[in-house]
Amino acid sequence: MNVSRGFTGRARVHHPGLPPGQYDAGDDWPVLSAEVTPELAPADWTFRIDGLVEQPRTWTWEEAHTLPASAYEGAIHCVTSWSKFGVRFGGVSLDAFLDVVRPHGSATHAVAYSHTGYTTNLPLADLAGGRAWIAWEYDGEPLPSEHGGPARLLVPHLYFWKSAKWIAGLRLLDHDEPGFWEQNGYHARGNPWEEQRYAGD
Amino acid sequence: MTETSTHPAFTPPTRFAVPGRIVVNNRTAGMWQTATLTEIRRETPRASTFRFKVPKWAGHLPGQHLMLRLTAEDGYAAQRHYSIASAPDDSGHIELTLDHVEGGEVSGWFHSVAEPGDEVEVRGPLSGFFAWPGDRPALLIGAGSGVVPLMSMVRHHRARGLPVPLRMLVSARSPEELIYARELGAETTPVFTRSAPEGVPVARMAAAHVAPLLAEQPPGGWEAYVCGSNAFAEHASRLLVAGGQPVDRIRIERFG
Repeated sequence: MNVSRGFTGRARVHHPGLPPGQYDAGDDWPVLSAEVTPELAPADWTFRIDGLVEQPRTWTWEEAHTLPASAYEGAIHCVTSWSKFGVRFGGVSLDAFLDVVRPHGSATHAVAYSHTGYTTNLPLADLAGGRAWIAWEYDGEPLPSEHGGPARLLVPHLYFWKSAKWIAGLRLLDHDEPGFWEQNGYHARGNPWEEQRYAGD
Repeated sequence: MTETSTHPAFTPPTRFAVPGRIVVNNRTAGMWQTATLTEIRRETPRASTFRFKVPKWAGHLPGQHLMLRLTAEDGYAAQRHYSIASAPDDSGHIELTLDHVEGGEVSGWFHSVAEPGDEVEVRGPLSGFFAWPGDRPALLIGAGSGVVPLMSMVRHHRARGLPVPLRMLVSARSPEELIYARELGAETTPVFTRSAPEGVPVARMAAAHVAPLLAEQPPGGWEAYVCGSNAFAEHASRLLVAGGQPVDRIRIERFG
């Protein structure tokens, strides 16, 4: 252990919800997208799932809103070390979309992509089973564009770069393909509880 | 990350606006190493530069950042991402310029406790997205300590005598709060938002500041690098887009 002389750090609050190396950002919600925030109206937003599925499908804003509403309340964790607690997102469980397209048994991974062309890769298992959403509300209000509105992917059990803003679609694959940050040195899965920040962690 | 040629890589319908500039060395990015503080220089009332000896530093490109970790006696550790301020060189040293953040446990230690000889840990350099290899004409726009990674580019440009054009537009509250003020040269236009020297207007960064730079497009066009708070980054990137800068030639590093 390499102690830095005289460093005490903030008060030790036992916080079972805080993954290793993270701190509670409180009310802050930093924005860290690398591209210009797009001007994307709900009417121009679409969401598509294709690749290794029985029935590829594109949803419009209106069509997506006919699926059963689902909410996430809990924490989100950013790889830059902040975590945010008590967030409330509203949208639709990704399971509702996957049930329509019916993934092939051979599908193991997905590349999520944005209307800006941003990409991130995820194991399909992380997108199913009630752990992922297409979210368009935050705290009961429309999701702000700088936070990915009109709609973003939400996979709160992984570092937040996996929760692609301005989500445009998922391509289901039988192998893993690194997305934007993953090609820039970030971890393929990004589990905050195992501190999978960078490739090799 | 062992993609092989047996699978053609998936390409989304929209090509990502701003692909990474360089390939990051995952081995050096993954290794924590000791950095020894050798010098502290006051830049402004709120910001100081901290110089470190990092004997095994793998080298970086201007615009890259690192992760820095402080560990307490009881094992508690705090880590933060910081942009690298120094230009790449082979001195075995790197520099960071840190704002004293109100209540910040890491920046607070640096500004209140740290002395030459103290040791911290770093891993990096990280991320190739905001890196500038010195190849394309660079239009740099920053505010506050957002000037830090941009200064690494300015210093690199000077140190190597690079032929590509480079211009910087930097916003600060006042001349006293303009980081690196003594080092800035003809390449830089400062914008002061609260108080300015005599004869210089007090202004928020506006289209009028950006327009003259966008009007003098160098061959191949500007690659724009924007760094600052999210509010500033949103504002500056909108000015660039409105001024005709292609959206796929704007790279943004936001604090957070």
